[in-house]
Amino acid sequence: MSLHLPHERQRRALGAQIVLVLVMASLAVAFFRIQVLRSNTWELRANANRIRQLPIPTPRGVIYDRQGRILADNVPGYAITLLPGPVDSMRATLARLSQYMDLPADRVSRILQTMSRFGREVIVDGDADFEVVAALEERRGEFPGVYVEMRPRRRYLLGNAAAHVLGYVGEITAEELVSGAFEDERYEQGMIVGKGGIEEQYEARLQGRQGLKYVEFDARGRIVGDFTGIQTNEGEPGQDLYLNIDLELQEWIHHIFPDSMAGAVVALDPSDGGVLAIYSAPTYDPNAFVGGISQDLWDGLRADPGNPLFDRAVLGRYPPGSTWKLAAAAIALDLGVVTPDEEMEVACTGGFFFGDRYFRCWDASGHGMQNLAQAIGNSCDVYFYQLGLRVGLNDMLRRATDIGFSQRCGVDLPQESQGIFPSEREWWNRTYGYSPREGEVLNLAIGQGPNSQTPLKMAQFYVALAGDGSAPAPAIAQGVELAEGWSLNLAPEHLEAVREGLRRVTAPGGTAHVGTALEHWEVIGKTGTAEHELSQAGLREPHAWFAGMAGPPGGPPEIVIAVIVEYGDSGSGVAAPIMAKTADFYLRRKYGIPVDSVQTYGEHLRQGRPTPWYTRRYPPPPRRIPPPQLQDPSSSEAVPTALSTTPSGPTGPTQ
Amino acid sequence: MIRLLDRWSLDPKLVVAIGGLTLFGIAMIYSAGAVYVPNAVTEGAWLRQTIWFALALAAFTILVRVPLRWIEWVAVPSYVISVVLLGVTLIIGTGSGTAAGVKSFIDLGFISFQPSEIAKLSTILIVARLLSQREASLTSLRDLVAPSALVALPLGLVILQPDLGTAMAFVGILLAMLYWAGSPVALLLLVATPVVGLFLSYDTSIWSVYILAVIGFLYFYRFRLYLFESVALVLANFAAATMSRPLWNSLAPYQQNRILVFLDPEVDPRGAGYQVIQSKVAVGSGGLTGQGFMLGPQKRYDFLPEQHTDFIFSVIGEELGFVGTALAIAAFAYILWRLLRLAERSADPFAGLVLLGIFGSWLVHVFVNVGMTVGLVPITGIPLPFVSYGGTFLFMSWVAVAIAVRVAHEP
Repeated sequence: MSLHLPHERQRRALGAQIVLVLVMASLAVAFFRIQVLRSNTWELRANANRIRQLPIPTPRGVIYDRQGRILADNVPGYAITLLPGPVDSMRATLARLSQYMDLPADRVSRILQTMSRFGREVIVDGDADFEVVAALEERRGEFPGVYVEMRPRRRYLLGNAAAHVLGYVGEITAEELVSGAFEDERYEQGMIVGKGGIEEQYEARLQGRQGLKYVEFDARGRIVGDFTGIQTNEGEPGQDLYLNIDLELQEWIHHIFPDSMAGAVVALDPSDGGVLAIYSAPTYDPNAFVGGISQDLWDGLRADPGNPLFDRAVLGRYPPGSTWKLAAAAIALDLGVVTPDEEMEVACTGGFFFGDRYFRCWDASGHGMQNLAQAIGNSCDVYFYQLGLRVGLNDMLRRATDIGFSQRCGVDLPQESQGIFPSEREWWNRTYGYSPREGEVLNLAIGQGPNSQTPLKMAQFYVALAGDGSAPAPAIAQGVELAEGWSLNLAPEHLEAVREGLRRVTAPGGTAHVGTALEHWEVIGKTGTAEHELSQAGLREPHAWFAGMAGPPGGPPEIVIAVIVEYGDSGSGVAAPIMAKTADFYLRRKYGIPVDSVQTYGEHLRQGRPTPWYTRRYPPPPRRIPPPQLQDPSSSEAVPTALSTTPSGPTGPTQ
Repeated sequence: MIRLLDRWSLDPKLVVAIGGLTLFGIAMIYSAGAVYVPNAVTEGAWLRQTIWFALALAAFTILVRVPLRWIEWVAVPSYVISVVLLGVTLIIGTGSGTAAGVKSFIDLGFISFQPSEIAKLSTILIVARLLSQREASLTSLRDLVAPSALVALPLGLVILQPDLGTAMAFVGILLAMLYWAGSPVALLLLVATPVVGLFLSYDTSIWSVYILAVIGFLYFYRFRLYLFESVALVLANFAAATMSRPLWNSLAPYQQNRILVFLDPEVDPRGAGYQVIQSKVAVGSGGLTGQGFMLGPQKRYDFLPEQHTDFIFSVIGEELGFVGTALAIAAFAYILWRLLRLAERSADPFAGLVLLGIFGSWLVHVFVNVGMTVGLVPITGIPLPFVSYGGTFLFMSWVAVAIAVRVAHEP
């Protein structure tokens, strides 16, 4: 056999050595290629393997009230985030997570959908309980891809009391992300943004710039720690925001507003139009929205017949009723068709013939001959029918439009309803398909007819009455540039005449006297009892209005307030006390007088409290001893002030 | 001291090189256990490997002093026992660790071992005995039948486990020993043609060219073969080609995937391609000098699969860089080279054949294991001799060293 021959063995060994060298050389070349020539590519890939970029949420700007008290701030919270991975393993992880938190099936599928759509991390729970977080941290190995981070959590210190005006925050939706409002490159999937109210209006300012950090993960998606190779970008917190809102006043209104009633209160500062308080009832707790509202709660809010999510102060439109008579008066004075001291030619005998129709006054017993101030004080419909006729339909439409009754106030909120008021005769043709007759002006003059206004709009109008006739756009935030306001173009003595009328409403003997008389302050204003379709059908009570102003006696008004209580029935009995109590609280705080929950004269009487201040304030003792049945003011004392007897039908669809 | 080492090991060059490699392997197993989320198996692996190394050295010390005749004598009974054990493994075998689907271990309770490791060595011995007793060289196809059959029996049983990696080692053993026994290279290549044709048949035109080349070669080579042998080879080629499709279909999906992924790992980066990609990422990111011993992030964060066994070389690549991998490849080259030198010097045909059998086995192990970490070879579960974690494998490898040294230094 050849193996016995050394030279044959040498030959064979050489062949084997060649094979050995070739094999080893091919391995060496392969490693040289990958480790020396291509090393950079693979190194990048190794980093991408284990280093992920994660956003660092930055706190939103704090929202302060006019005195620097916090309305909304941030507290530390925990967010549970799921990092993208294979769908099956993500699904398994979510299934395991659902043992520790509430994760319905549709939420799971939404999470997986978002993940596949954006290919990045998704927040499973934006506001996790500490117990859940602790449980997850303990079992970190079981939850690959789950990342728990500290994340500032929004807190609304007033809760229900300032829900509508502040809005709330929530995770940006896919729709918002592609919409124009969030096209700024700051915005990314998963971010928390303002929804509604001031949070939405000033989103760009309140939102900071989120930071970026680099976190190392192992192969199963477990966090190893921060990657120190790349500088962490801390981001920038949002800017703080100061509002004109008075925190205590806002809270007080929430406190005094009847729990079972719906409505709105708007308080403005007549000196600059700043919004002191803006409240809508019923309300909700915006804190429930932070970190994602539970489906049950959301469904409950949506299904609530009281519609608590609806901001009645700026979105609700109500026929203004008698509170609008002041607008008619202002237009007439401006046009010079009436003077303050002049009496109308037809005395009020409980009604008024125009053409072939009889327009009734709310008080069938009649008011007799009256000047403007008396007519306002009595809320006499007959006077205002005649005033309306003197103005004429065309001028009434034109001037009311100038004052902005068919426009928005321009408040700094994302949404505001436009008032409904015809700007021209053509409006009837467009809306109802017929040409208006001159008689429409009679309804308009008493605040009925096609006229619907927001509580905010009415408050703004009374700001003009409280001052020099001009009304700036109401501003919720301080130091913001808003749209130009408008002016009534009234002479000071004319304004004073109008205010004199308002004074009569709350003076002894006036309809709203008992409900608005206060120890320290003079309240003047106008009641309104606004008819609407349900009330005309006799199904529900009319809406109760009170719009007015208050301040130290003899001085200029320091607060203007509009109150509406839906189905409140009586402006003087229901809405007026809310206004007076709001004004009293604000002014007492302002002048350092201790606040008492028993405020108005009516409340003192009902509580049986002595009222020595009342006899001091109104020296000639009231001719009329307040009737003993005051315990039930809404039925007895408060008389509907603006009950128009216009036949229902085509002329009054929005009543 | 040197004389002491000389007397103890008989061949200090080989034994010191392999001993150094084993210690290096233990160090790398220790590093492979240093992961972010430790687990009991990988953490204590280095210690168990060290204990097995001590046992292996003891076995080595005894075996190098055994008379050569005993080794020759033991070939037949150990071969029979090995085949029986492989058969038993198919029935009561257990998986181990992550290779749980492959029934290659026999668990005796206090110890579990791989009969295929014993079978490799016994097969080398029995084939060496068979071939060394022949007077004439292996020149015809018929001469290859007996040794091939001896290898085919354990090989077939190993494939049934199914352990493709070890099966490839048997092929390496057979080819190396036939080569050393003097069979013409051309004949070995012709025997290999149906296997190559099996893979080329995925494309008809390529295979057509290939079969024409094989027939041409046979014509050129016609005077060295019987006619029926040539015909048989051509028929075998056609049979392989027609078998390729059903054979492919009979593969389990994961096996198909491994082949597809070998061609392009990115077809399934999170599935079958994951191991290759992560291994290449680890090796590639090691660069020239590596991330440092114990410090490889791919390893630490568990991206590397089987990092203390089959993919130990990826850890070397990541932590020690090209310097480390080149040195490790050089060490293996030196060891294999040394086996060839010893074979060349051995006048005894049995000794040379045993050395070449061991050479063939280790060459396949090294090439397949190291090659798969960079995607040069499809992934098969095959350990790296002396470096990968695995007690019985280390022990049997050292038994092989002892036998190699013993046969090479028969006075």
